[in-house]
Amino acid sequence: MRSLHWFTQVLEVAAALAAAPLFHGWVNQCRAWLQNRSAPPLLQTYRGIRKLFYKDAVIAERASPLFRIAPYVVFATMLTAAAIIPSMGTRLPFSSSADAIALVGLFATARVFLALAAMDIGTAFGTLGARREMMVGFLAEPALLMVVFVASLISMTTSLPAISERLATQALTLSPSLAFTAVAFTMVLLAENGRIPIDNPATHLELTMIHEAMMLEYSARHLALMELAAALKLFNYACIGFALFIPWGTAMGGGGPGALLAAVPILGAKLAVAGAALAVIETVSAKLRVFRAPEFLATAFLFAVLGLLVH
Amino acid sequence: MSLRIAGRTLFPLGAVCGLAVAVAAAMSMTMPPESMQLVIGLPDLPMHVRLDALSRVFLFLLGASSAGISIFAAGYFRSGQGTPPGLLCLEYHLFLASMGFVLLADDAYSFMVAWETMALTSYFLVTAQHRIAEIRQAGFLYLTMAHVGALAILLCFGVLQGGSWHFTFDAMRAAHLAPSWAAAAFLLALAGFGAKGGIVPLHVWLPEAHPAAPSPVSALMSGVMIKMAIYGMLRVSFDLLRGLDWRWGLVPVCLGLFSALYGIVFAAAQTDMKRLLAYSSIENIGILFTGLGLAMVFRGTGMPEYAALALLAVLYHSVNHAFMKSLLFLGTGSVLHSTGERNLGRLGGLIHRMPWVAWLTLVGALAIAGLPPLNGFVSEWLLLQAFLYAHAVPHSFVNMLLPLGAGVVALVAALSGYVMVKFFGVVFLGSPREPSLASAQDAGVMERIGLAWLALGCVLLGLLPAQIIPALARVAAELHVGVLPDSAAPWWMLTPLNNGQASYAPVVFAAAVLACVLLAILAVRLLYHRRVRRAPPWDCGFGGLNWRMQDTAEGFGQPIRHLFTPFFAMRRELPSAFDSAPTYRVVIGDRIWHAVYEPLGPLVESVAGVCARVQQGRISLYLLYALITLCTLLALVL
Repeated sequence: MRSLHWFTQVLEVAAALAAAPLFHGWVNQCRAWLQNRSAPPLLQTYRGIRKLFYKDAVIAERASPLFRIAPYVVFATMLTAAAIIPSMGTRLPFSSSADAIALVGLFATARVFLALAAMDIGTAFGTLGARREMMVGFLAEPALLMVVFVASLISMTTSLPAISERLATQALTLSPSLAFTAVAFTMVLLAENGRIPIDNPATHLELTMIHEAMMLEYSARHLALMELAAALKLFNYACIGFALFIPWGTAMGGGGPGALLAAVPILGAKLAVAGAALAVIETVSAKLRVFRAPEFLATAFLFAVLGLLVH
Repeated sequence: MSLRIAGRTLFPLGAVCGLAVAVAAAMSMTMPPESMQLVIGLPDLPMHVRLDALSRVFLFLLGASSAGISIFAAGYFRSGQGTPPGLLCLEYHLFLASMGFVLLADDAYSFMVAWETMALTSYFLVTAQHRIAEIRQAGFLYLTMAHVGALAILLCFGVLQGGSWHFTFDAMRAAHLAPSWAAAAFLLALAGFGAKGGIVPLHVWLPEAHPAAPSPVSALMSGVMIKMAIYGMLRVSFDLLRGLDWRWGLVPVCLGLFSALYGIVFAAAQTDMKRLLAYSSIENIGILFTGLGLAMVFRGTGMPEYAALALLAVLYHSVNHAFMKSLLFLGTGSVLHSTGERNLGRLGGLIHRMPWVAWLTLVGALAIAGLPPLNGFVSEWLLLQAFLYAHAVPHSFVNMLLPLGAGVVALVAALSGYVMVKFFGVVFLGSPREPSLASAQDAGVMERIGLAWLALGCVLLGLLPAQIIPALARVAAELHVGVLPDSAAPWWMLTPLNNGQASYAPVVFAAAVLACVLLAILAVRLLYHRRVRRAPPWDCGFGGLNWRMQDTAEGFGQPIRHLFTPFFAMRRELPSAFDSAPTYRVVIGDRIWHAVYEPLGPLVESVAGVCARVQQGRISLYLLYALITLCTLLALVL
């Protein structure tokens, strides 16, 4: 049984690494269809990343070592996060060493390194992007923490797999606090992953960009790692959402290899639906002005707090 | 000559003493409390000292963090204007000794003597550059606040003795106070220790005194001295004071949460790096008071395990903050020495010129931002775990509203990440904002050792909480707050309540992240290539990219100023469209200063004016006063 748990652990990380660009490509494809454009191939994200890895890295003259190490740190935190989140099975050997609060801390670490690296060159875009990213982050992070906190209150544990298991096994009653936090979580997901209405992943218009402004000085393998990390982050957020709000279908405690085998297509189905839903949200909403972003995020925070109050 | 002796021998000697104190405190952690009567002191008023688990924790904090600060100070103090270095060295060590004695004192008399020595020596250290008028003003404000606070503490002890007129702490422990008197004592302690710690609205001296003091002194004051306030508060509310209603615990929770938010919002708007750190200290003191209040609530409502957990968070955060804030203040000291600048608007790009200081300061900045696997995260984690049980408080409104505190704590933690990105990014990253920065020198050997010691502390406290927490848990057991269950987890796993609900293993966690980083580097090198080309940064094809185009400290704080406008008293001077020499100025003031402290000055003056009427300067009048007093006394006696 123990070897199965370790197998689940390795499988989850490998699956995250392999499937994150696919999920990213799927969202892009859905978006293109909805917007009546001809869609890029599903594997386009892989191709882009592969191309970048083969290019020569061009680094600004006054870049410090921090700038070069940051992509690796950001990528590593996202990969570690994938090891904590129960996407296919809840019996993960690694998850006891980091609970949901540590997961939020992990995302914060990635954000801080990203922002510091963006400030390292000292260009207008880099610092502007860093400032905006931190502005989005300081409201999104507590909102996410509150979402996790509400789920922890309901299940009386902060371990994400345990939360997921308790929520899956409890009687299917309508919990208002979970409904509020689901709304809050969706808003945080949009903001944290640079999606419309906060940021536009396809833009390079200086007045509106956040994430892309920080990436501007990166090239080749560093950029590839950053893009891979961004895809992993979206994948991780989707899996956190599943673990908290649609936990059914993952391999629970007593399930053997069969449950795990069943969990893989179920996760695929969930991701397909979630990706399409994300594309719909992005298509029907307009991008907010940067100054309105705090209002959006404060709303998310208030929804999460409301969830806490009605608990 | 005196400078050389002080630098070469006395400061390192002080560091060794600090280390010895820390080691002794840590080794004796498992021993029972010891007490002693000293023969020194006034006749019939011997001094009592006592060493228990709470004192030992804070002695460890004092010794371990001052060891790093003293080593740094050995390389820092140079002769210049103001107090001569020899005298400074004496004051510095007296300051350290007085803090140690505060922790040992076991009666009100010796406590107050040590407390006042601490206040006075630190006043003289703050005003080391006493030829500068602003520094004298800052020192005076500090002295005033320190004495108002000391007065409140003295009154608190007066209430605590409960009619026995014995001022030993043992007598206070035995005294039974009526609930109203207990509340009075608690509020007096809150005012007194709050003034020392810098809880809003008694925080005004911190952002003035910290920038005025030399950096090692700022580090000692912010890292260690304000922890003495936490010690005093813990001593009074968990040891000396009995019979207090648990609802009073909500007062420090509310004040603490407000202070934390207030401090961090103001820190985000600062442009002076030491003021920024001072406001961040207010935030941390707020977090500490929050945990303290939470522990009181849990203890009073019959949940000893949770109370012990909250107390643990307070103790752990105190030790953490001593290390990380000292580290940051010393880092600013090195920058100040090397560049002569405290203003964030004239710094930048120092990671190239001062790599040692930059990387070690980065550890402190990441730690105080509460990022795993460093130490700031551990105490934040413990506090959030404690908040998780707040809904179990058997009171219908409190159990609904108290968990919201976790939301504020989360917001404050995220904001401190914002502030630290601003602090580190503007000082050390980007391109230099002044040409003179190109000649900045990295810190000397002694300074580096001091910084590295504190950074090591941050890392170790972050990685080994499971080894440290059993020692801290003894405090909770000894003060009868609550006993934490013995951990059944392996050595690397932190499971405070041991009920399978929460666990955190920083060593495994850090190893996993590090392994991922190394694997990624290795994989990229093996599978692809490692070619790098250096080029000028992208200038959008226009050319002429210069340092003025990067964000300033004001710019970085702008979103916070925009969002939290009601917190600030802002005065803007904007140019009109037709100004030939346009200037833009924004002055950010503290509303509490304007609303409370500014009217206080004239009030005190007018009261003093009324009192001064009795002072006429004629000898006949004074003889008359003496006669009246004599007659009154005679009439009373006869």
